Amino acid sequence: MTLAPIVLPLVMAVVVFLTPSKRWRPRILAATAAVHFALTVAVVRRPSGGAGGADAGWLTLDAPGRLLLALLSALFLACAVYSVGYLRYRVERANRRFCACMLVALGTTSLVAHAQHLGLIWIGLEATTLAIAPLLYFNRTARSIEATWKYLVISSVGIALALLGSFFVGYAALLGGGQASLLFGDLLAHADSLSRPWLRAGFALLLVGYGTKMGLAPMHTWKPDAYGEAPGVVGAILAGAMTSCSYLALLRLTQVTAAAGEGAWADRLLIGFGLASMAVAAALLLGQRDLKRMLANSSVEQMGLLAIAGGMGRGATFAALLHLVNNAFGKGVLFLSAGNLHRAFGGKTTDEIHGGLRRLPISGGLFLLGLFAMTGSPPFGPFLSQLLILDSAFADGRWVVAIAVLALLLVVFAGMGDTTLRALQGRPPGGVRRSSYRDSVATVAPPLALMAIVLLFGVHLPAPVRALIQDAANALEVGR
Amino acid sequence: MMTSFLSSLVAALLLVNLVALGSSRIGTVVRAVALQGVLLGALTVAAHGGAAAGTVVALAAASALIKGWLIPKILFRALRQVAIQREVEPSLGLVPSLLLGAFTTLLAVAASGALPFAEERLAPLLVPASFATIAAGFILLTSRRKAISQVLGYLVLENGIFIFGLLLVQATPFLVEAGILLDLFVGIFVLTIIIHHINREFSSLDTRRLSLLKDDR
Repeated sequence: MTLAPIVLPLVMAVVVFLTPSKRWRPRILAATAAVHFALTVAVVRRPSGGAGGADAGWLTLDAPGRLLLALLSALFLACAVYSVGYLRYRVERANRRFCACMLVALGTTSLVAHAQHLGLIWIGLEATTLAIAPLLYFNRTARSIEATWKYLVISSVGIALALLGSFFVGYAALLGGGQASLLFGDLLAHADSLSRPWLRAGFALLLVGYGTKMGLAPMHTWKPDAYGEAPGVVGAILAGAMTSCSYLALLRLTQVTAAAGEGAWADRLLIGFGLASMAVAAALLLGQRDLKRMLANSSVEQMGLLAIAGGMGRGATFAALLHLVNNAFGKGVLFLSAGNLHRAFGGKTTDEIHGGLRRLPISGGLFLLGLFAMTGSPPFGPFLSQLLILDSAFADGRWVVAIAVLALLLVVFAGMGDTTLRALQGRPPGGVRRSSYRDSVATVAPPLALMAIVLLFGVHLPAPVRALIQDAANALEVGR
Repeated sequence: MMTSFLSSLVAALLLVNLVALGSSRIGTVVRAVALQGVLLGALTVAAHGGAAAGTVVALAAASALIKGWLIPKILFRALRQVAIQREVEPSLGLVPSLLLGAFTTLLAVAASGALPFAEERLAPLLVPASFATIAAGFILLTSRRKAISQVLGYLVLENGIFIFGLLLVQATPFLVEAGILLDLFVGIFVLTIIIHHINREFSSLDTRRLSLLKDDR
């Protein structure tokens, strides 16, 4: 029962794969996501059962795991409903692998949310990487295959380094206490006896490995290609789900490293990678013409901000987790509405897209609101979480970091705003062929719902959500 | 006696790295990597000597089977399907690759000397072997132009990490080890599928041709 969020999607992936009807597969996908969401709500509302800690098994849903599971489940539900509408417009394409791989990705990301063992987290993330690969080349164009190759090779090498890093951390434990364990609870409990050189090497490798999945610079190079060529809905999963899973893994490791007395060193690494990512992304966002590549670079920037927040130590954890949630849902809005614009204009650059607001008032409007939200404008959620991150940077005395972040956020706003306005303003080009795409309930309701959540989180963070995030933050600050 | 057997296995592994780095034909590299997979299986059992539990033996057998037989089989099939010329086309010549491989092996031995070990039987042998194999994997991965050679580089890299993992067999539950092996296998499988598509779309396996995607302002 307790492992249902992992098992259900994997079983349903097989069912979907064996379903002969092309029309029914997306419906089964959406129904499974809905049941998964209901299960998740039930699990998350249950008063804290698995407390984590030293006695936890390999698969226990602790407080950070609950938050991640809730985030993943809500995002996947939106994406699954959207897929029903999206695949209706792509009837020419086979959708068997698409639906099955979406469900496998839901199962494997849920596994990451439950995993308390470094090796198990690795398995979940690698399986997610592989499940998403066929989704990337859904369009079977030369461009999408090139993107998939780069994604697979770079991610595989990155994640191989993460495995080596996990082994190093295990060896640090072996050297310290004799009992080698890769369980977070054990690692935390015996943190002060961990062998420092091996732990440092392990943390660095894991940061590079999982940083590759997140898209931290300089390991971000696959990201614009993959996000740019993937269907919008796959971009939403990559930018919201895979990054969040990797980030939580890194936060857990930072906690262990800090408990072992190497916190200041780990923080410096995180902040360094974070600032580099924000700077690289800001540069790539200026004058960008491709909407999806723009969103990919915006994701690099947000991951940089999250890495910085992760390196801010105590107090910033709540802000970091709130921003993680805001980023996942905000990116969902942007990628899903960008997918609609792509369908309607038959292109994804500002060369093809003009007058997005006239051609698609709802999707265009959502894209605009999503842009304001993700660049940190009030009254949306990311404004609040970015403010909290900056606040803890100032409180921590890291003036230089805070000012650099502020400046980079401004550049990002200018770059993204320019590209977006060029796509949305004006008149739709007359000469280009008119596609049959019209906004429908299935393709508009999911980004609309995500947008409503992002707005709500900025205006009034509901008490249960606040408690969920606070519990997760408290659990991640033990020993720091 | 056991220790000398271990050392000869490790020496054989390192030799295979150099064979993979110095061969001009892809088929030879595939066979070398397959042999490395079998040697790894033997190393797993040898490293844990008489104390090797049933799960360790099962893991060794599974790993030898997948790396020594199944993955090479998939790779040879991919080679036949794409019907390419069998030369590896290195961007770094074979002799420089070999010299670089030998140099990184020495470097690995030197670097391992600076690290603390938990015990003195396995670690001083396995840690340098692991680092040297990882380095060989990286050289293959970055200095070969054909997509399939890069997959082979990734496999060697993964083998190097596996050698390090042998120090932690007690810490990683059997299921986790099996999961890692399964992910590796599926990963190689997916990569060969993409190779097939690359060959169809680009009429070549030369990864330099994969240059459609870039930021044009």
